[in-house]
Amino acid sequence: MSPVIHIFKREFSAYMVSPVAYIVISVFLIITGWFFFTPFFLQNQAGLRNFFSLLPLVFAFVVPAITMRLLSEEFSVGSYETLLTLPVTFSDVILGKFLAATGFTAVMLAPTLLYPITVSVLGALDWGPVLGGYIGALLLGAAFSAIGLLASSLTRNQIVAFIVGTAVCFSLCLIDKMLFFLPQSLLSFFEYLGADFHFQNIAKGILDTRDILYFISVGFIGLYGANLAMQEKC
Amino acid sequence: MIHVENLTRYYDDFCAVDGINLDVQKGEILGLLGPNGAGKTTTLRMLTGYLQPTAGQIQVKDFTIGPDTLEIKKRIGYLPESAPLYHDMIVYDYLNYVADIRELKNERKLSRIYELAQLCALNSVMHKTIGELSKGFKQRVGLAHALMNDPEILVLDEPTSGLDPNQIVEIREIIRKIGREKTIILSTHILSEAEATCDRIAIIHQGKIVADGSTQSIKQSAGRERTIYITLDNADFDAVLQKLEVIEGIIRIEELVHPDSNFLDIKISVQSDADIRKDIYQVIRQADWLLLEFRQETQTLEHIFRELTLEN
Repeated sequence: MSPVIHIFKREFSAYMVSPVAYIVISVFLIITGWFFFTPFFLQNQAGLRNFFSLLPLVFAFVVPAITMRLLSEEFSVGSYETLLTLPVTFSDVILGKFLAATGFTAVMLAPTLLYPITVSVLGALDWGPVLGGYIGALLLGAAFSAIGLLASSLTRNQIVAFIVGTAVCFSLCLIDKMLFFLPQSLLSFFEYLGADFHFQNIAKGILDTRDILYFISVGFIGLYGANLAMQEKC
Repeated sequence: MIHVENLTRYYDDFCAVDGINLDVQKGEILGLLGPNGAGKTTTLRMLTGYLQPTAGQIQVKDFTIGPDTLEIKKRIGYLPESAPLYHDMIVYDYLNYVADIRELKNERKLSRIYELAQLCALNSVMHKTIGELSKGFKQRVGLAHALMNDPEILVLDEPTSGLDPNQIVEIREIIRKIGREKTIILSTHILSEAEATCDRIAIIHQGKIVADGSTQSIKQSAGRERTIYITLDNADFDAVLQKLEVIEGIIRIEELVHPDSNFLDIKISVQSDADIRKDIYQVIRQADWLLLEFRQETQTLEHIFRELTLEN
């Protein structure tokens, strides 16, 4: 079996035994739950649109908090040396850690499945956008994990990794909201860069290859950058 | 087994390792000695495939670092300095994880972990988190980590640094036990340790190897002369000089003047291959001097080490 699986298993169980992970999950659930259910009964609409419209911004803070320790901690403890002298390659390490972070994001999302279930009890819920929204959320979580991993590969300080990761993810979320500063000709280009724009497309229930491709490319760039950063250290 | 040619490593402008050549035979225990910052750790890190050499070649068996790094990593067990391991993992889980990555079969895994627990005396801490272990136990977990797949080559970076004397003896015993079958390279700046555990010693200074050979041969090649000290009473220097000068093998006779001593202290430098203690004694016996002290000093490894690494 490839070392990727074992690295994934180790990283994932490291998440599950650490108190930080449960704090992050709780914060995530409290924020999304609060913002989702506060206006929910006022609007009187059986949908999860509110939840999904807020998700990218919440992810921009929460996912870098998940990924910040992945490589930074290894650098500062020195276990990076022990890890890399085992028979593994850079890409094994990167992929294993990336999958663990994405898996943990999925675990974090899992309890929110109670929202659509609650809503469907209360009214007639259209499951299409909900399904799209969760697929989009996973893609978004994966892309942000890759960015967070890149940030973590650049420094041995977890706080710095968190801030850098958040800054990048946050800009990707907001970039399509600030388009009124820009000339007309650049509009569609910058709109395409926005993570929120692509996520909202998917969350409407439309699975377009352009949107999926966007998340895959962001993820790839993040992982490739992390790979380069690791090689640079040797 | 291991062939290193012209190995060089720069950190930016700083040259940490400067053109090292080294050959290690199968079953040898090689000690890399050197002061702090001499380039020992960098050399070991390149040997284990963690750092890329700036120039030069490393061959382990038929594999070359670079294209076959992965194959080499499979054959080398490495214990980095101060055993940096995952602090939040339980010892058993950690060893299990290493066994998985080292591709041990499931049937073999448990028995191997059990063997290593016996060898490194880890039985009592198997259930503890690595972060709460004492330094000595951490080092032993690191050793078990390095030994997991029974590697042909074992590389240990300062395996006894920071341990108390009892732990040092224990770790040394483990190393010697393992060293009967395996090729071991270890770095240290404790000279007695190198003398006690290694078959061969290479002294590194400022990125270069300045001495290489068995302890005995290093002592011989570096020790150009030995020194005999005698203390006499009822004698005067000129008379002694006259009588001793005829003995063959003496390079130089000096009087050591101590202001508060009434005795005659003499330092005789002798060629290293000559043993003239008997001749000197005969001369003294025939005269009416009183012999108070007579000792010979050969160069210890410590002298040689200081001589080789204190220049500049």
